[in-house]
Amino acid sequence: MKTESTTQPVIEARQLDLTFQTNDGPIHALKDVNLTVDKGDFVSFIGPSGCGKTTFLRCIAALETPTGGALTVNGMTADEARRNRAYGYVFQAAGLYPWRTIAKNIKLPLEIMGYSASEQEERVKKVLELVDLEGFGGKFPWQLSGGMQQRASIARALAFDADILLMDEPFGALDEIVRDHLNEQLLALWARTEKTIGFVTHSIPEAVYLSTKIVVMSPRPGRITDVIDSPLPRERPLDIRDTPEFIEVAHRVREGLRAGHTDE
Amino acid sequence: MCAKACVRGIRMSSAGIKAVWAVLTVVGVIILFWYAASVPMNIKGVLTEFERAGEEVDPPKAVDRRDMSEFELVIDNPYAIDETWEQDRPRLPAPHQVAEELWETTVEKKITSKRSLIYHAWVTLSATMLGFAIGTGLGILLAVGIVHSRVMDLSVMPWAIVSQTIPIIALAPMIIVVLYSIGIQGIIPKAIISAYLSFFPVVVGMVKGLRSPDAMQLDLLRTYNASQSQGFWKLRLPASMPYLFTSLKIGIAASLVGAIVGELPTGAVAGLGARLLAGSYYGQTVQIWSALFAAAILAACLVGLLGMLERTVLKRMGMAQ
Amino acid sequence: MIPVLGAFGVWLFGWWLNSRLASGPYSDTRMVRFLAPLIFGLTVIAIWELVVRGLDVPLVILPAPSVIAVRFADSVPILWADFVQTIIKGALSGYLIGCGSAFLMAIAVDRWDFLRLGLLPVGNFVAALPIVGTAPILVMWFGFDWHSKAAVVVVMVFFPMLVNTVAGLREATAMQRDLMETYAATYWQSFLKLRLPAAMPFVFNGLKISTTLALIGAIVAEFFGSPTLGMGFRISTSVGQLSLDMVWAEIVVAALAGTAFYGLVAMIEKGVTFWHPSQRG
Repeated sequence: MKTESTTQPVIEARQLDLTFQTNDGPIHALKDVNLTVDKGDFVSFIGPSGCGKTTFLRCIAALETPTGGALTVNGMTADEARRNRAYGYVFQAAGLYPWRTIAKNIKLPLEIMGYSASEQEERVKKVLELVDLEGFGGKFPWQLSGGMQQRASIARALAFDADILLMDEPFGALDEIVRDHLNEQLLALWARTEKTIGFVTHSIPEAVYLSTKIVVMSPRPGRITDVIDSPLPRERPLDIRDTPEFIEVAHRVREGLRAGHTDE
Repeated sequence: MCAKACVRGIRMSSAGIKAVWAVLTVVGVIILFWYAASVPMNIKGVLTEFERAGEEVDPPKAVDRRDMSEFELVIDNPYAIDETWEQDRPRLPAPHQVAEELWETTVEKKITSKRSLIYHAWVTLSATMLGFAIGTGLGILLAVGIVHSRVMDLSVMPWAIVSQTIPIIALAPMIIVVLYSIGIQGIIPKAIISAYLSFFPVVVGMVKGLRSPDAMQLDLLRTYNASQSQGFWKLRLPASMPYLFTSLKIGIAASLVGAIVGELPTGAVAGLGARLLAGSYYGQTVQIWSALFAAAILAACLVGLLGMLERTVLKRMGMAQ
Repeated sequence: MIPVLGAFGVWLFGWWLNSRLASGPYSDTRMVRFLAPLIFGLTVIAIWELVVRGLDVPLVILPAPSVIAVRFADSVPILWADFVQTIIKGALSGYLIGCGSAFLMAIAVDRWDFLRLGLLPVGNFVAALPIVGTAPILVMWFGFDWHSKAAVVVVMVFFPMLVNTVAGLREATAMQRDLMETYAATYWQSFLKLRLPAAMPFVFNGLKISTTLALIGAIVAEFFGSPTLGMGFRISTSVGQLSLDMVWAEIVVAALAGTAFYGLVAMIEKGVTFWHPSQRG
């Protein structure tokens, strides 16, 4: 499976279409979406609400089924990839189970996937370190702050060997300061684990700061209006956001969003 | 987001038809099961009747049949199956027998007749309604007191909550008899039982409802320097409506049970409870079942009526979706 | 007349004491929350005693608390036998069978959508009906002993328990279900690890409602026929003999049993659903 993946794209969408049938007629959630994501990419999806960015991410995760076009993940169909546990998914809210401790929450996917007890312990320890939550394994989720809960949910998605990480506005509900901190940590984590990351956001600075590839989307019908390959280096301190290159990319994203809006 | 909501919308409407089908299927299965169950339940009685009438029964002696399983008897005497649905005093009457009895005792009897189920239902209903009105009225008053007085909250509320956990219906026979011994009988004793059974659920629900406005809403009124009574009429009372209706529905069901149980101990001659008791004395199973269904229909109507009232009121107040 | 005036005095004193507690500096402490209802209860009992004595209320109308207490102490063996017959044999066995089967049924209902669509409205409908009315039929079928009482209890608790458990099993949010989907979890994995724990607050709500229903069912069913034993039997025969002190003693037993039963279930609930916001606060 991994032998020829050096050349093979991790995610590939060709003319992807998704229409929801509703009482007020069909809603075109995704129209003619084409995208290639390579191994190790950090891809952000940005756009106003209703542009289909979350829907597209859910298609990749096989939580929605496209009504047209082709979509492969790791060279398989999205659903086969889901069955092979190819990705970890982080939702808008942490969604930790309140009846389990943080450690037990991280063990949840490991239990389902049948890891041995000793390996579970080992992995919990490792990912808790990755997200800076050592010593909090025995706490219950409701005893932690929102930012810590979201970090725990990222740890949960990292605990098993999936080389794709899908994140749906994971920091949307957090305040700016916590968000900056988590963004920095996420980049460090990405550098260490070499995962491929799909990241939905509606914050332009967040998208530009994190991504190697920024996908700008627009609504009605949901479609891709621009794909920007970031010229920024992979190593990014927080103050890169004040450099002209950063502002240049942000400007282009803003233009793309505006263009998507005018042809309504 | 919209897309998902709309999808749910269409699923609902096609699901509506599916739900009706599902309910009809379940009800159909229950009726079929009921018919099927009547056969083994009644087979022994039917065979005894046949034996008395001189017909051939397998095995012929009642003593031999007594310890046999009902299913074996059904297989040995298949010709008796029809009769199991037509007995006079079956252990389990078939659905159509109950329906016939209901029809005869409601539509075909004059309302004033002692054999009219509508007459008996009315006797029970009037006690239920009187008791429910008293219980609800007092319950709301006490709830208002509890919300506004810290002393009452501390001393009375725990008892109101505890009262929910004990079978206070056990008081019913005593109330009937004590009131009878001091010369009060008829509708009042039953109404008192109905009243206290509906009283506590209303108190607890209403206190919850009057306390439902959150701190921000209460603080807003404080910034207007609103008086306690303004706060009550403009915020607490409207906010409590959904809670009130929920507890009213519980309360009226409890009131009906109270009125029915209140008819048991003195051997009352009128009312659905009296019909149940008389039926069980004389083995008139069809009468028991029809009284039971009458009570069920009555309860469903009362709860349904309150549900309709709830929807209109909440809609007027803009609280229903 | 003096005891009646005394009753009035006791009332004023109790009220004054509770007012002081309520407006005092400790009004939010656990101590006051425990003391105030206790003072209120004792006040009511004292007034009851004084009024009954002062006005010479006959025993057949309202016995004084002290008379009830004496009767209670004298008849402990009878009360205990009645308790075993009605609560342990009738109510408890019916409660276990009824709640257990409703729980299993709820799992089936949750598994097959068609069952949920069909059975749930029927269940909601039945849950609001006066099911105690089935008592004469079940007494006829299962005989006078506790089996028929247990049967009434089964019928009474089944639907409230079913409706609550089904609602609970649907309590897991769409996001939590999606998470299980991303793990490609099987039906039973997601049932055991997600939906069952999430359902627990609802399951316990059903269990708590059912405790009271079970006692009501077991006692009322005895009004339709029972062996010469049992709380319902004792209440109806004692009422007939106008020995109201015995009736009150049985009611005290019923109240204690009801509170203890409910309290036990609530305690287990606290242990199981410690994570739920309603238990954390």
